[in-house]
Amino acid sequence: MQITVNGTPREVDAPGDMPLLWVLRDVLGLTGTKFGCGMAQCGACTVHLDGEAVRSCVLPVSAVGERKITTIEGLSPDGGHPVQQAWTQLDVVQCGYCQPGQIMSAAALLAHKPDPSDEDIDLAMAGNICRCGTYQRIREAVRKAASQRRADR
Amino acid sequence: MNALGRRDLLRASVLSGAGLFIAFHVPRKVARAAPEPAAKKAPPDPNAFVRVAPDGSTTILLAHSEMGQGIWTGLAMLVAEELDCDWSKIKVEHAPAAPVYAHPAFGMQMTGGSSSTWSEFERYRTAGAMARAMLVSAAANEWKTDARKLHTENGFVVSGGKRLSYGDLAVAAQSEKPPKSVKLKDRKDWKIIGKPTRRLDSPEKITGKAQFAMDVKFPGLRTAVIARSPVFGGKVKSFDASAAKAVKGVEQVVQVPSGVAVVAANFWSAKVGRDALKVDWDLGLGASLDTTQLLADYREKAKTKGAVVVEKGDADAALAKGKKLLAEYDVPYLAHAPMEPLNATVKLEGERCEIWAGTQFQTMDQMIASKIAGIPPQNVLIHTQFLGGGFGRRANPTSDFVAEAVHVAKVAGVPVKTVWTREDDIRGGYYRPQFLHRIEASLDGKGRPAGWKHTIVGQSILAGTPFEPMLVKNGIDSTSVEGVSDSPYLENVPHRLVTLHSPRTPVTVLWWRSVGNTHTAFAMESMVDELAWAAGRDPLEFRAALLEDKPRHLRALKTAAEKAGWGKALPKGRALGLAMHESFGSIIAQAAEVSVDEDKSIRVHKVSCAVDCGTAVNPLGIEAQVQGAIAFSLSAVLYSEVTLKDGRVEQSNFHDYKVARAPDMPEVTVQILESDAKMGGIGEPAVAPLSAAVANAVYALTKQRLRSLPLRLA
Repeated sequence: MQITVNGTPREVDAPGDMPLLWVLRDVLGLTGTKFGCGMAQCGACTVHLDGEAVRSCVLPVSAVGERKITTIEGLSPDGGHPVQQAWTQLDVVQCGYCQPGQIMSAAALLAHKPDPSDEDIDLAMAGNICRCGTYQRIREAVRKAASQRRADR
Repeated sequence: MNALGRRDLLRASVLSGAGLFIAFHVPRKVARAAPEPAAKKAPPDPNAFVRVAPDGSTTILLAHSEMGQGIWTGLAMLVAEELDCDWSKIKVEHAPAAPVYAHPAFGMQMTGGSSSTWSEFERYRTAGAMARAMLVSAAANEWKTDARKLHTENGFVVSGGKRLSYGDLAVAAQSEKPPKSVKLKDRKDWKIIGKPTRRLDSPEKITGKAQFAMDVKFPGLRTAVIARSPVFGGKVKSFDASAAKAVKGVEQVVQVPSGVAVVAANFWSAKVGRDALKVDWDLGLGASLDTTQLLADYREKAKTKGAVVVEKGDADAALAKGKKLLAEYDVPYLAHAPMEPLNATVKLEGERCEIWAGTQFQTMDQMIASKIAGIPPQNVLIHTQFLGGGFGRRANPTSDFVAEAVHVAKVAGVPVKTVWTREDDIRGGYYRPQFLHRIEASLDGKGRPAGWKHTIVGQSILAGTPFEPMLVKNGIDSTSVEGVSDSPYLENVPHRLVTLHSPRTPVTVLWWRSVGNTHTAFAMESMVDELAWAAGRDPLEFRAALLEDKPRHLRALKTAAEKAGWGKALPKGRALGLAMHESFGSIIAQAAEVSVDEDKSIRVHKVSCAVDCGTAVNPLGIEAQVQGAIAFSLSAVLYSEVTLKDGRVEQSNFHDYKVARAPDMPEVTVQILESDAKMGGIGEPAVAPLSAAVANAVYALTKQRLRSLPLRLA
């Protein structure tokens, strides 16, 4: 079957019930998207499907169809997305394992809600667990990225 | 790399012509494979820790594992402070497993005990200073001048108007003799240490490029998922692999000591195959285990005297007089649940074993893998990858997740990555042990604690491990009692008796971020609070009176309280709770501001935290560790527990093993109180006080005293 990942059509040989996460990681070698729970509880596997944040660990690859997939590798060419910049400036990451998923969730939030309230931020990020506990800086970084995006317009 | 020897490695690098990793090759006897404690005063081999390349880049070899705590940046700061190199050209790598990288205090290569910064403070600065001296010496030769007339500046050696870059000097510096001794900078001259410094690993971690062990890939690598006993201590009786083998992609089903491994072309096939596997288990004694019953047993045991930890005066006599309180505090088993599920990749080829793992315990892994593979330890090469969280789970004296991968690779005869599912992780043991504290305490006529009788019941983490001879004395596991045995409060109670029972169960246990302090701080600071209320005293004043001869503890406590607005009016429906605890050489005080929702759930709005860790190397990193420790602790305070019924763990994934999420995160303020005191650790200590600070706040608000974690209002 064919799926479109980060703007490129890719032919994949995988069983239809294989979750998109494992197609990305084991078939296409895109390991930036992480496995954390396998049941859409932790958000480490978050990718964008036509711009919507989805948990790729529970999405059978056969259900993707023609929708366009964006992974952390395709979010920006060089880590320059406003969310990534804010993450660097506020020194958000610790172990870093959950951060691709956090960043994808934050980027999807800002694409839909350029001026989110603190409640919007907490709600949008509630599906992404960070065991290092970087939540406070994540909250600040999402605010910062939002104001940066608005300033860039 | 160890099998070749570092010397050969460096030579090989030179010969490869890449032009990198050349400099500072000092011929030294190739380090032996067996771990040995580093001699106290032997100067570090600069080769092992710092490399300056002709392109001017400086590579720091990290003897510790980066698991989020920021040591990647912290140790680079120590080298850079003395080397005076260009910070923008610093690179960091995990060191290979080799004796030269043994922990300066603990004698084996490892990361844990909140010890990396203080234990490496001399060694990494010295390595930087030696490298600098060799570069200066090379410049002096070049200019035919006296090295003492030269100085350095941001990656250059300077003499008047002349400058030579470190990159230009790198090759010449190789033939310089490392100085026998170097003088390190005075504290007042530090330019990097103490300056808030952003992490060096951010760029790769925000782009998905950072490589964790889970991400290792190479041609021919297979993935294995393993069926393990549903009950602790169970063994495989027999298994039927036919359904598993029918799954597309499954290649082999093999038995290993820990269970049955399904080896496949990818994770998904291995997982589907594992789930299709039929295993008949000999469950053994563990099948009757029930944590509710266990707690009841602990309660009974706590009424009897255990091994004596602390004894002074006559606690029983003191308790017979004055106002007496009795309280029991208990905590459940806890899984570490790092975001990266456990995994390890092993490639066995003849007399050589390569391991890619996110591990905190390289030396143990190397020794254990060598035994399984039947090869010398120096033939076990460990490629430490970024750890997707550790919290102690990846520092296992049994090397369980690495050993298992070596077994699978050996039996299956292919390179293999073993991957644990989240369910495997939550149910896989090596938990923070369940503990119970029973405390009887009395107040004298002046409302001061007079007697304190304290019995602790819980499994020993160290029993049966290689650490037992060192850290278990007279039947007392120091990690079971830390935080009580050395409590600054207890020191000022005239009559005290602390004893310990260490029952055994089939459940495997391990250190969990801040170890014994996770429960001892809860018990100590809750009981001190109970005494304060019983004495009719302000909880801050009551504590201050007990700490009057401990200025650092007192300062931390008062700072946290003041910053939280202690004694001032709070928003309606809010209350503050205090706790102060010393662990890993650092003193942490916290004031938590809480409210209770209509559904009786507890909400922590703010935590004011004061930190005295002696010298603060990277304040930005310290703030992150404290914020993170509070979030990690909050999971245990409000949500997480592992319970067993009929020997089975009742939780399985994040829907029933709940942890703190973004909306739970309080606003944490961190006050760093620098002092000249001996440097302490920072990764763990801020976990400890939160449980009591929150429980004490809940009491102040509701007058319900919660003595079990996670906290639940009636």
